[in-house]
Amino acid sequence: MKRIAASALAVALLAAGCTNEGGGGSGGTGGDVPGVTDTSIVVGTHMPLTGPAAAGYSKIAPATKAYFDYVNANGGVHGRKIEYKVKDDAYNPANTQTVVRELVLQDKVFAILNGLGTPTHTGVLDFLKTNRVPDLFVASGSRSWNQADKYPGTFGFNPDYTVEGKILATHVKETYAGKKTCFLGQDDDFGRDSLLGVKKILGTVAAEEKYVTSSPNVGPQIGAFKAAGCEVVILATIPPFTALSIGTAAKIAYKPQFVVSNVGADPTTVAKTLGDAAPLMEGLVAANYLPLNTDESNPWIQLFQKVNKEHNAGAEFDNNVVYGMSVGYLFVQALQSAGKDLTRDKIVEVVQKNGFQGPGLVPLRFSAQDHSGYGGEQLTKIEKGKAVYFGTPYTTDDGDGPVTPYTNQPVTPPQSGVPAA
Amino acid sequence: MDEFIYLTFDGLSRGLVYAAFALALVLIWRAARIVNFAQGAMAVAAVYAGYSVTNATGSYWLGFVVALLTGLLLGVVVERVVMRFVDHSSPLNGVVVALGLVLIIQGTLGIIYGNEFQPVQTPFSRDAFEVGGIALLSRYDLFVFAAVGSVVVILTLLFTRTAVGLRMRAAAFAPDVSRLLGVSVGGMLTLGWALAAGVGSLAGMLVVPTELGVHPTAMDIVFVSAFAAAVVGGLDSPIGAVIGGLIVGLLLSYVSGYVDVSVTPMAVLALLVVVLLGRPGGLFSSSKARVA
Amino acid sequence: MTGVQTNEGGVTDVQTKQNAEPVPKQGVDLPRRRGWRPHPVIVVLAGALIVVGLTYVLPPFRNYQLATVGAYLCVTAGLTVLTGLNGQLSLGHGALMATGAYTLALTQNKFENLPLSFAAAIAVTTVAGAIIGLAAARLRGPYLAGLTLAVAIVVPSVASTFDETFNSDQGLSVMLNPPPEQFPMEQWQAWLCWSAALIVVLLLALLSRGRFGRDMRAVRDDETAAKLAGVNIARTQVLAFVASAACAGVAGALFAVLAQSVSPGAFPLTLSLFLLMAIVIGGLGSLFGALWGALLLVVLPALSQSVSEQAGSQRLEGNLALIVFGVVLVVVMLAAPGGLASIPSRISRMLRRNR
Repeated sequence: MKRIAASALAVALLAAGCTNEGGGGSGGTGGDVPGVTDTSIVVGTHMPLTGPAAAGYSKIAPATKAYFDYVNANGGVHGRKIEYKVKDDAYNPANTQTVVRELVLQDKVFAILNGLGTPTHTGVLDFLKTNRVPDLFVASGSRSWNQADKYPGTFGFNPDYTVEGKILATHVKETYAGKKTCFLGQDDDFGRDSLLGVKKILGTVAAEEKYVTSSPNVGPQIGAFKAAGCEVVILATIPPFTALSIGTAAKIAYKPQFVVSNVGADPTTVAKTLGDAAPLMEGLVAANYLPLNTDESNPWIQLFQKVNKEHNAGAEFDNNVVYGMSVGYLFVQALQSAGKDLTRDKIVEVVQKNGFQGPGLVPLRFSAQDHSGYGGEQLTKIEKGKAVYFGTPYTTDDGDGPVTPYTNQPVTPPQSGVPAA
Repeated sequence: MDEFIYLTFDGLSRGLVYAAFALALVLIWRAARIVNFAQGAMAVAAVYAGYSVTNATGSYWLGFVVALLTGLLLGVVVERVVMRFVDHSSPLNGVVVALGLVLIIQGTLGIIYGNEFQPVQTPFSRDAFEVGGIALLSRYDLFVFAAVGSVVVILTLLFTRTAVGLRMRAAAFAPDVSRLLGVSVGGMLTLGWALAAGVGSLAGMLVVPTELGVHPTAMDIVFVSAFAAAVVGGLDSPIGAVIGGLIVGLLLSYVSGYVDVSVTPMAVLALLVVVLLGRPGGLFSSSKARVA
Repeated sequence: MTGVQTNEGGVTDVQTKQNAEPVPKQGVDLPRRRGWRPHPVIVVLAGALIVVGLTYVLPPFRNYQLATVGAYLCVTAGLTVLTGLNGQLSLGHGALMATGAYTLALTQNKFENLPLSFAAAIAVTTVAGAIIGLAAARLRGPYLAGLTLAVAIVVPSVASTFDETFNSDQGLSVMLNPPPEQFPMEQWQAWLCWSAALIVVLLLALLSRGRFGRDMRAVRDDETAAKLAGVNIARTQVLAFVASAACAGVAGALFAVLAQSVSPGAFPLTLSLFLLMAIVIGGLGSLFGALWGALLLVVLPALSQSVSEQAGSQRLEGNLALIVFGVVLVVVMLAAPGGLASIPSRISRMLRRNR
């Protein structure tokens, strides 16, 4: 019986193997580049489409895909259409392992693009390196992506959390000088790196607290801030916990100035969680590095709204959509620079060469030594339910470098909406 | 001191929700000798139903009523369609089936509503009244006190003062004799499940708005806390469930306030271990062995 | 595959017992073909041959899935012995896997010695299993389930309370040396997982054939009778739990190696529920059933994923697998507590009864 079982197992696995084999096209021009043919490029990603982290984030990959569809409809890149395979890992690192292997080994993707999450993506770095798969524009601000020696094919996208912490703290130092400042962060690289950046500027904070996503209660932490008399609270929180913190503070009649990481500040997502209490967000300070979804006069936003309408079934246009399309735009820029003879080495080479002018307000930091993403942010404030930029963008590094204003004029997208070669 | 008072009231408010939920577990345990591991998922389903109605009509109270009715109905369905056919010769079977229901309900809710936290509104403000500069209680906390209090009173009256209550108790304790005396044992069992699921969905409606919102797994942790509460009080004792709920609520509030929020699940586990090993019958039960 | 001791084996016996009240019947073994039972060593060797053959014909991703099946088989085999043969229901095996996985990660990152890390993982999980087992031996049915449920929920809490060591929700990455050049990674992974799985299965099969197996079944079926027969009930239960925990530890360690990382998110409560489904569907107490369960744990999510991709619905993804698993649990438990393999005999019995 055991034998029957084992052979049945073999048959099942083989059958499954046969049905799905051959999906990934190889062959193509000259060299045998996985995922690239004369007419197509297959790239893949892992995203939390379900599970606790899905809120908001599940909209990123469809937006990226919509932008690719837009590019494809306009002739593609060097005659190739981009096919984007999105796999759900539910923010579970074990699933990430499986889906990324499926993408690389079975679907034969050319590259992994914008894989989301620090714990999830950390686990596949070695696998992607071993298989020499370009690992572009990871969707997280962890500094782990910036290890050019160890992981030459991995590049970040988001400004890292330390850079952000320094910029937020600089604002606090200048605007709320002398006020008691406290810090609530997620208990992982996000919170820790952010606090590191904050302390680089402020030296110390009056109280620091942390939370874990598995325990949806920040009452004690917010209570401690109130007891400590904190007047400014810096949050390195994901959107649900931003909402929870604001709501909890209101519940105990505590009204500090909140200064929030970009990660947890998308007004649409936070307002949805706050529901009727959304007006509590008024005056909240945060930061961003991409055009804001509500800034309808911005040419990037006009482009993305058009793409959203035509190729994303008019999904609710929030900052996650802007983010996803910006990632798509950057990837198309990289493909254009890499030229007609696309190889995996070539794409890594052009990303390191950098020089991309994109929707971002500040330059990307990519170079042969530096694989971290955007190098700065600009502060936003929520006015009448909408985030608006104020001041100038700042750039800095994750070390002890100064926080400096960035004064170059932002670029506008090309008329066609597709970056030129 | 301020913090202590704040934590105490916060703990009582949470504890009452655990109490209601534990009460639901006790009701089913007394009626059917099953610990309903699907209680949390059923409650979430009811909350989703209420949430949909509230969103569609704009009326919180209509949604509230719909949620309770959905809870009752789910209890009937689960008992009539599934639990009735479980082979009860082993206590494992009921548990396994309930866990299967958890997966089914959570998966279905995920498909219908998506796996994102959906914020749920409260009917009353959650801004706390300040007494002498200390934030004590919100209107919403008072609503929780009142709702759980009424449930306890109603259930007590039902079981001690009405014929139906008497029949339910009889059917649970001596099914064969009751059957001979003309009590519809099956009917009483269904009624017990319906009541329990209704109370469970009330607990769900009360606790969900205070956390991240409604989500298919929103009640998992609440279930464990409530299970601990029921065990602390003794699975057979409704009064024990209420007191157990308050004990668990206060414990968790103090632990999260004075130690760390992330320690709270460990505190629940520790409490469970201590009670199960030290006083297996619970604090309010006289039975000695923990044999189901 | 394990059979039942001769005196009460076939499904027919089970049926009569199910109605005889005070005798608790906590699980049903697969029907055994009397007379033909190859020694477990032979079965395992045959299994090894098949697996090695498979690793040469399967493409890399299938090899990875095959490796995952092997890793799951370690834990399902251990759990089915505990629940099916000894009647203890554990929802904490996901947490025990986490224990093994974290131990492997910590040891490996310190010493970079895989055999040592595996030994440490097994040792620590065994101790953890002994502690939970000691508590479990005093508990029955829903109480045990509730306690182990709390254990399952506690994993992220432990990881974040001792975040210096376990690094909270983010978890740890596992340093691994690449396999020897001539073997592809996935093939090597499949060999590693299946070597472990086959050893685990062999040990469990030998264990449950022997005197200890008889003791476990005796305790499961009737504690009083077992006690009268001189079986030390508490000791049997604790040992069963320990053996089962060690298997979970091996599985956890394998998953840490496969994922090259460990984090609480990899060991959610649903994992424990899935494991339960896996052992129920193949028939509680059957190692053969544990194999089917492990296979389904890999195949069902993959199938439901491709179904949802074809349907183009994000929401189906993940959730469809939940529903399928849940329905399987309920239906099998209601219709065929002996597992899917017992359905034919049940049908024939029903036909007989209806005549």
